[in-house]
Amino acid sequence: MTAAVFFGCAFIAFGPAFSLFIFTIAKDPLRVIILIAGKANEGLAAISEEESSPISVREMAYVAGLGFGIMSGAFSMINTLSDSLGPGTVGMFGDSQYYFITSALMTLALTLLHTFWGVVFFDGCERKRWWVIVAVLCLHLVVSGLSLLNPLYVGSVPPVYVIMLLMAVWAFFSSGGSLHNLSLLWTCRKSNAETSS
Amino acid sequence: MKDNCICVLMVCCVCNTPLHGLDFFVFLCFSDVNSNSVAQKIYVEVNNTVPCVRLLNATHQIGCQSSISGDTGVIHVLESEADLEWPLTKGPNPPYMILLESHLFTRSIMMKIKKESSRIAGVTVVVPNTSPSEFSPHTTCPNENTGVYSDTYGPHLAHCNTTVWNPLGNGLSYEEFDFPVFSLKEDKQCYYDHNRVVNGSAPQYPLCAMQLFSHMFAVTDTATCMRRNDVINFSINPEMVCDPLGDFNVWGSIRPYNRSQLGHRDNESVVMAAARLDSRAFFWDVSTGAEGSISGFVTLLAAAHALRDVTQVAPPTHNILFAFFQGEAFDYIGSSRMVYDMQNGKFVIDLDNVHSLLEIGQVGLRNGSDLFLHSDPRYRCSLIHRHHARRPPVHDAPGVSQPLPPSSLQRFLRAQNIPGIVLADHRAAFNNKYYESYYDNADNLNLRYPPNMTAEEQLEFLTDTAMALTEVATVVARALYKQAGGDGTQVDNIKADSKTVTQMLFGFLVQANNSWFQALIPPELKDMLSDPPDFYVGVASSSPAKAKPLTRLVQFLLANLTGTATNLTQDQCQKPDDLPDESVQMYSYLWVQGTVPHNGTEKGPFCVRASVRLSQALSPAFDLGEYASRNYSTWTESRWKFIKARIFLVASRDLEMLTLGVGVAVLFSSLLVTYFISTKADVLFSSAREPASAAY
Repeated sequence: MTAAVFFGCAFIAFGPAFSLFIFTIAKDPLRVIILIAGKANEGLAAISEEESSPISVREMAYVAGLGFGIMSGAFSMINTLSDSLGPGTVGMFGDSQYYFITSALMTLALTLLHTFWGVVFFDGCERKRWWVIVAVLCLHLVVSGLSLLNPLYVGSVPPVYVIMLLMAVWAFFSSGGSLHNLSLLWTCRKSNAETSS
Repeated sequence: MKDNCICVLMVCCVCNTPLHGLDFFVFLCFSDVNSNSVAQKIYVEVNNTVPCVRLLNATHQIGCQSSISGDTGVIHVLESEADLEWPLTKGPNPPYMILLESHLFTRSIMMKIKKESSRIAGVTVVVPNTSPSEFSPHTTCPNENTGVYSDTYGPHLAHCNTTVWNPLGNGLSYEEFDFPVFSLKEDKQCYYDHNRVVNGSAPQYPLCAMQLFSHMFAVTDTATCMRRNDVINFSINPEMVCDPLGDFNVWGSIRPYNRSQLGHRDNESVVMAAARLDSRAFFWDVSTGAEGSISGFVTLLAAAHALRDVTQVAPPTHNILFAFFQGEAFDYIGSSRMVYDMQNGKFVIDLDNVHSLLEIGQVGLRNGSDLFLHSDPRYRCSLIHRHHARRPPVHDAPGVSQPLPPSSLQRFLRAQNIPGIVLADHRAAFNNKYYESYYDNADNLNLRYPPNMTAEEQLEFLTDTAMALTEVATVVARALYKQAGGDGTQVDNIKADSKTVTQMLFGFLVQANNSWFQALIPPELKDMLSDPPDFYVGVASSSPAKAKPLTRLVQFLLANLTGTATNLTQDQCQKPDDLPDESVQMYSYLWVQGTVPHNGTEKGPFCVRASVRLSQALSPAFDLGEYASRNYSTWTESRWKFIKARIFLVASRDLEMLTLGVGVAVLFSSLLVTYFISTKADVLFSSAREPASAAY
């Protein structure tokens, strides 16, 4: 479907992952390593001179989750993207012509979902809340099962986004956020605005 | 700590660096998304594509060309010539791919499309089931610049000033198109589903489109492409861009010639009989030439067969040499090469040895039983008057000032004044309404078989066309025998065999892979009998073993029809020089499969000894390096990488731009949000429960 669709779908699918990578991972080479090879923690601990771990559990969870999200996004989207470069679009055999866009949207949702699931899962392990682990696995299966509803995109994309928003909230709270922090942020900005004005 | 270890290990095993474990999981979820199935959802490859390719000569390039990444256009089925307005001016979705029915494939439509080619991506012609009433894409005056008539020799006869030989010719084959033109068996379902124009309003997206790939490497003319060929020796990526057209001529004689003795032979005077083998069409590799060439060379083969017995019983004074020329459609490649070889002492005889030449032109469409002798008005020969009142009645051309039709004889006359005659079924203009076109097929010769016959029964059936050609072959054989000084009393014994003629017509026009043809060729060459038979000369090859299958088939036919079966074994057949009576210099020895007669007695393979040879049919211009020659044929065919066509749907520009817009918006907004969150992370994620010193 030509270069416009290729770039559009690539940005949709990998835009958030890319921005997360740039602003939170790329500055710290340690995080880059964990992103790519999750098992490096033992080796890192071995060569570290400090007693404490070079990276906290939360960072580990977030980075690992993002890494898995990028990998799953790449595997699901790269082949579709390469076909979107050609002049034709899907639809000859009755499929929907919105195939590329919905694939990109699903990939975006799944990348973020993997990140949130990573955070929540690690947190559940830390606090020994086994129901959290079961819930994460079940949600993973539910989301994958929803993709079976394609090409009824109404049935698959909005529910997945709803689940993603719920997981975002859950991950926010389990990684140390709270409503109080949100209000702090708001007042901080407000006070900054007041002092500067 | 221990619990943490277990927890982490569990996580690692479930989701971790066994990347293959992850992608297995991922593929379970997304197994419907892999490259093959996505591409299969989009593209439909079109099978059996027949393109129009680019040919070049000394001054021009003709044919069709696509861009290197294919040409895509929205399909539009043309219903009439007035309908051209939609794709050329009114339609809102250019570029268009025009789908033509065959009756609309005319010069006026193609010229209009050529003028507005910025809005046209290409043209597709639907393969028809029946022929139109007339169609000839060749020029009105075939081979007008390389015949014997020129501004210096018979200028009033040159360039068809006196007689237009092919008045129905529209010259499409010699036009240059900068868009691809394909011939496809197309069904229009996709067009009717998506692209119909309803009440003058534009159809809605997504629209059905086709992409044609036929990128040709060569440009401008032969001199340019041959020069670029020569440069490849020094380039990193050697790729030839064009190849000269050519193949091999087949020739045979009643009395053999020692092939190691070339040039003039003293006291040797040979009667030549000639016919052409090849033809062409607008599209590549689909030419048949039923009336244009098959009628001629089948007649000559039958005449050669008829002369076999009588020339052994009562040999004529002069030798008779049968020549079948390839590449005659392209400025007489084969005959000009043979004349050149004769002039330069590279052939077994030379031009002084040629007593006279009888050429068989188009003889398949006789009105009633008329047959005409054409001769050069500047050199009338006494040959004509010998054959009046023979059956069928033979006329000489009316009006002394009619020139020779396009024929190989013209190349011989260019070199030397040789008495010559061209035998044809037309008095002036051709009777052939489909000269050098795809429609010059079995129907054009009225080749009809009764219904419900198997292939083997059709092979043996004596058609009217075969009977007519047999008559001509008998006349030709008797004329040749008399011309060669044969015994007059034997003439009435010469009769062509109608069974042979009908089997040859069936094989060349209907089905080449039949039992009779298979019996005539070696067992290992069975695959060369592919259907449908195609008679385009193609690019030249260097060795006779790689000659066109058709040429080799004619070689084996001539050998079987004029040669003798011997008792040699297969090993002896390959090395006959070991035997005292056999000589490879004089004869060629061919191991053929032989027939399996119906009553079961196996004849089996045997060795045929015949004085039949192949001689190269490559234009002398390429040996001399004169790529811009005006005297010789300079035709070359461009090379290409691949030729294919595919159909798919295209989406509207608006949807594409929307996708891009959404993508850019998502990217920028995510950059902004992430930046904001990461700068405020210490405020947002501060919690006393974080185990800062967790070590594991």
